[in-house]
Parts: sequence; structure tokens; C-alpha cells
Amino acid sequence: MTTPDVLPTTDVTRAEPDGPRARLTRVARSVHVDRRFLPVLGALVVLVLMFVVGGVRYENFLSGRVVSNLFINNSYLIVLAVGMTFVIITGGIDLSVGAVVALSGITAASLFESGWPAFVVIPLVILIGSALGLVVGVMVRVFEIQPFIATLAAMFLARGLCYVISLSSIPITDPTIVWLSSTRIPLGETWTLTPSGIIALVVVAVAFYVLHYTRFGRTVYAIGGGESSAVLMGLPVARTKVLVYVISGTCAGIGGFLFSIFSRSGYSLTGVGMELDAIAAVVIGGTLLTGGSGFVLGSVLGVLVLGLIQTIITFQGTLSSWWTKIFIGVLLLAFVVLQRAIAARRR
Amino acid sequence: MTAWKTFVGTKIFWPVMALVALLVANTVKTTNFVNIRVQDGHLFGALIDILRNSSPLLLVAVGMTLVIATRGIDLSVGAVVAISGAVACSYIASSSNPTGVVTVLTAVAIAAVLSLVLGAWNGFLVAVVGIQPIIATLVLMTAGRGIAMLITGGQITTINSPPYKMIGSGFWLAVPVAVLIAGSLFAIVAVVTRRTALGMLIESVGINPQASRLAGVQARTIIWTVYAIAGLFAGIAGLMISSNVMAADANNAGLFIELDAILAVVIGGTSLAGGKFSLAGTLVGVLVIQTLTLTVTILGVPPAVTPLFKAVVVIAVCIMQSPVVRNRLASRRRIPVVAPVPAKVGA
Repeated sequence: MTTPDVLPTTDVTRAEPDGPRARLTRVARSVHVDRRFLPVLGALVVLVLMFVVGGVRYENFLSGRVVSNLFINNSYLIVLAVGMTFVIITGGIDLSVGAVVALSGITAASLFESGWPAFVVIPLVILIGSALGLVVGVMVRVFEIQPFIATLAAMFLARGLCYVISLSSIPITDPTIVWLSSTRIPLGETWTLTPSGIIALVVVAVAFYVLHYTRFGRTVYAIGGGESSAVLMGLPVARTKVLVYVISGTCAGIGGFLFSIFSRSGYSLTGVGMELDAIAAVVIGGTLLTGGSGFVLGSVLGVLVLGLIQTIITFQGTLSSWWTKIFIGVLLLAFVVLQRAIAARRR
Repeated sequence: MTAWKTFVGTKIFWPVMALVALLVANTVKTTNFVNIRVQDGHLFGALIDILRNSSPLLLVAVGMTLVIATRGIDLSVGAVVAISGAVACSYIASSSNPTGVVTVLTAVAIAAVLSLVLGAWNGFLVAVVGIQPIIATLVLMTAGRGIAMLITGGQITTINSPPYKMIGSGFWLAVPVAVLIAGSLFAIVAVVTRRTALGMLIESVGINPQASRLAGVQARTIIWTVYAIAGLFAGIAGLMISSNVMAADANNAGLFIELDAILAVVIGGTSLAGGKFSLAGTLVGVLVIQTLTLTVTILGVPPAVTPLFKAVVVIAVCIMQSPVVRNRLASRRRIPVVAPVPAKVGA
């Protein structure tokens, strides 16, 4: 999708190849970016600014350890945000992911407790997420229940099932999970990576490919851009609409698995409000909640921004934890106003 | 019979059936369920309990109904509940005369005005800045609890003030004060929206803001007003909730009340797509949710499992109300008439 703005560039350079003014224009044109990328760039700028401010204010802030921890501690949220991106691009929303994280986590813990092997449990808990996603997709597609309500019902369903399984926290002692949670792969001197970080990166890579380079991904954008048009174009709208919820559910299942590695336990109350973090990350990452526009990598940036707020507050030490919420709210406001301004200029 | 047939055809039919089924189930389980007795000049009984526990939710849901009628949504009401309780309790706790009526009235006034302002802030973001309602109110939802924590200093502020206690658990003329407050506000809203043109204007804004503006409706003012009212009602609900326990808990007061309110509205047959609303439906929806909560307790199921039952009821009611099922039921009822199948473009 090349913008028409590109064409005049060549004309100007041909007319005045060496004038200082032309050179300036050429530089300006070469850094000109598609407006669609502006919100993502905004997130990137905020992230860099936060790193700079943190690096100036605190010792040891700009270290491989901080960045590595940012990835490791937020791996589950990255996966959730990636799944959420698909749903939001179609113009839907998924409120159930936090509860699904808790459900797959506590299912894993309780199955491990009764001695099931890891190679059965891990796929099973991920499939729980897919199954719930399928239920939501059918509710949205066949019964035309609004995504907000359908996923809200799924959230209550998953949360209720958690309490049926166990009311208290169950520790996980399975050797595979223990290995996954304690393994550190050193990269260079201070950088490290964990298996959960690798899983998150793989999910991001797969999602990036699927959303931006496949026919399915194009259909996702088309539905968000205008569902009736997508139907008239002969795109498989029904199938795609169900599938995005399956994807989001699967990602929530993987997220639950990652969270159980992270916390080495399963608990019914984990992930309360996690869906809002995921939605906030997606919005900060430049995806429009009206659908039709957004990027997987933007959502990853969004998660990193949220994670960095937490890190900075930890480094500061004197700020109480509730400032995190206020900062996230303010940042969210700034980003939606920015998006709004961009959308207004486009018109 | 025709009246019954009309009733069966309305959207409120299934929610009412759900409510009746719940009440019957309770009466079968405990025979004195429907008994209402007078003790110390106060009304007592399970039904009175349901009404009293419904009061805060009813207030929030009435505000939510108006917001949803304009095709909006307000996720921030839970946070406003927490802020309002925090402000009132902190003011009373820090005053020199916590038991004085003037102190309590001042606290109530401050909390109510602040909630109105917070609601108006949402209205400003939606009506003037033009941000989508879900994300505009997500800002306050995220930041709001942080603000409430800021007000209470992260503590649970407990107070001892009999006049304040009246709001949540007092009685006046044998009826709980909370029921009187919620009931009279409900009646005022019902009369103002249905006996004047206001209700129709709100619906016209929900159907098409641009068209209604061109037709001379002050769309902006109406949107602004409904969010302000939703904020005010959430604030009053927050006073009730904090007065009930005589404490302000910034983290847990009104947690998920926005979701319950949205559920109540949807169960009552008001579509999230806006343009139509039914206050009676919302009342039924609220009663269904509260009766369900009480039923779970009566049946001896751990209260934590309530979400599961909520999910089942929501899914059942939504599926029964969905176009697919309604068309099928309708076509079965009048077989001779061939129902015109609407062209399903983009459905």
C-alpha cells in the first residue's frame, strides 16, 4: 500500500538535485511514515523515553538484566495481548482471557497434583483455552450475542469453573515445570532468556506471520474494516470470526501455562483484571478498538511499556503501588487522544 | 390470551421466566422463603434482603441503561463506587464530629458532586473529544481505583457514624432506606424519560448521533448528561456499599459491579447496540442477578462458584433472546404465514 505522497519526491529531486532545500525535503520525505504507523511509533517513543529517564535517574537501570526481566516477567501478558490483537482488529473484544489464564493454571496444578505427566497436561490446558474460545466464537457468530457479553459470560464461566476445581492455591512440583521455571539461558554477560520468554517470542513470530502474511490475516483486517464489505467480497467471514476467538482463547491457554511456570502454582484468583491490562497494552500499541487497524508488534510494545512502568516504580521505591494504576490510566488517555487526533487529521 | 401472547413475544419474557424459576426453586428448597415478617417495626425476610442487596446494583444499572441507550458503555462505575465511598469515609473519619448529621450530609454531598464530576469527565471524553465509550471509560476504570487508594492512603478506612449507617442498613417506615433511595431514583428516571421526550431523544442519539443532531437534538448535551448521571448514581451506590460495611475498601468496593450492571441491562433486553432501552427490563435483570446470588447461598453451594451459575443464566437468556432462536420460535408459532427472511448481510 504505497501512498501517493511518494510520487512527488522524485519530481522535486529531479528539478533541484543539489539545492539545500531539496535535500531537506528529501530527508523529510524519507522519514515520512505511513499514518497507520504513527500510534505504534508513539508507543516506541514513550518506551525509549522511559528507558532514557530511567537510565538517567537510576543506577543499573539500563542493563541487560532489566530488559531481560521485562520480557520474562511479562511473557504471559505478551501472549495474551497478541491474541487480543486479532479479536480487536475484527472489532470485537475478549474479556475472558484473565479468567482463562486462571482456569488453565489451576487445571494444570490440580492435574499435576494427581500425578498426570507434563506432556499430557500442557497441551490439555492450552486446549481448554481453545475450547472456551470456540464456545465464545459460536455465541458471537451463530447467536449474534455481542462479543462484550459473550466473553463476559465466558469470563464468569471460567472463573466459576476455577472455584469448582479448587478454592485454594495449589503448588506445582512437577519436574518439567520446575525445570522450565528455573532454567536461565545466558545470552552474553547480563542478558538472559527463559523458556517462557522463548515461548512468548515464538507466539509473537507465528502471530506476526499469520496476521500480516496470510489470507486469514487479511480477512481479519477486512472484517474490522467493514464486515458487510468483507461478506460481499466473498471472504470467509463466519469462519474467521469464530477463529479469532479460538486464537485468543488458545493464547489465553498458553498464557495460563506461562503464568503457572512463572508462579509455580495454580490459583483461582490469578489474572483478575489481566484482560484489562491486555486491552490497555493493545490500545497503547496502536490498535484501534473500532477494528481494522493494528499490529502484533505494537501490542508487544504496549506490554513492554506497561511492564516498564512497573519496573520504574519498583526502582523508585518510594512510590506506592497504586501509582501504577494511575500512570497506566494517564498513559492510556494520552494514547487514545493521540489516536483520535490522527484519525481526525485523516478525515 | 392475546395479552399473554404479546408478553411472550417481548424481550422481557425470558428474564421474567428466569426470575420466576429462581423464586420457585428457592421456595421449594426453603418453604419460608417468601415469608416477610415484621420485627422491631422493620420488614425482614429473604425477599426484602434481595431488594436491599439489589439497591446499589439497581442504581448503577439504571445509569448504565441510559448510557447504553446512547450506544455507549461505562466501565468506570466500579471505580466511581470505590472513589465515592473512599471520599465519604475519609471525610467522616477525619472530621471532628463523625457522628454528626451535618458531617454526614457534607460527606454525602462531596462524594455525590465528585461522582457527578467524574461522570461528566467520561461524558467530556465521549461527547467532545470523540473517544469510543469503552476506551474512554477504561481510562477512569484503570486510574480510578488508584485514585481511591490515594484517598484512603492504601488503608481500609473504617468509620463509626450512625447517621451514615442509615444509608445502607437503616429503615424508614419499616422499609430499608437503601430500597427507598434506589426505588425513588428509579421512579424519577422512569417518569422523566418516559413521560417527557427525553427518553426518545436519548434513543435517537443511540440510533444515529449525526442524524439526531441534524434533526435538532442536542446530541452532545444528552451524551454528556447520561454519563454524568451514571457517575452520580454510581457514587450514590458507593455510599450505600461503604455504609453497609461502614468502611471504604478502595480495592474491593464495587469490584465487577460494572460487569453485573451491564449484564443486568442486557438480561433486561436492552441491546448494547443502543437506540432502545427498557428500565423495567433492567429492574428484572438486577433482581435476577441478586436472586441468583442468594439462591446459590441457599442451595449450599460455596458462594465463590456463583459466577458459574451467572454464566449459565446469562448464556441461556442471551441465546433465548438471540435473533436465530427468536425467529425459529416465531416461525413455529405462526406456521401459515411465511415469515420473510431478512437478508443477512454482514450479520
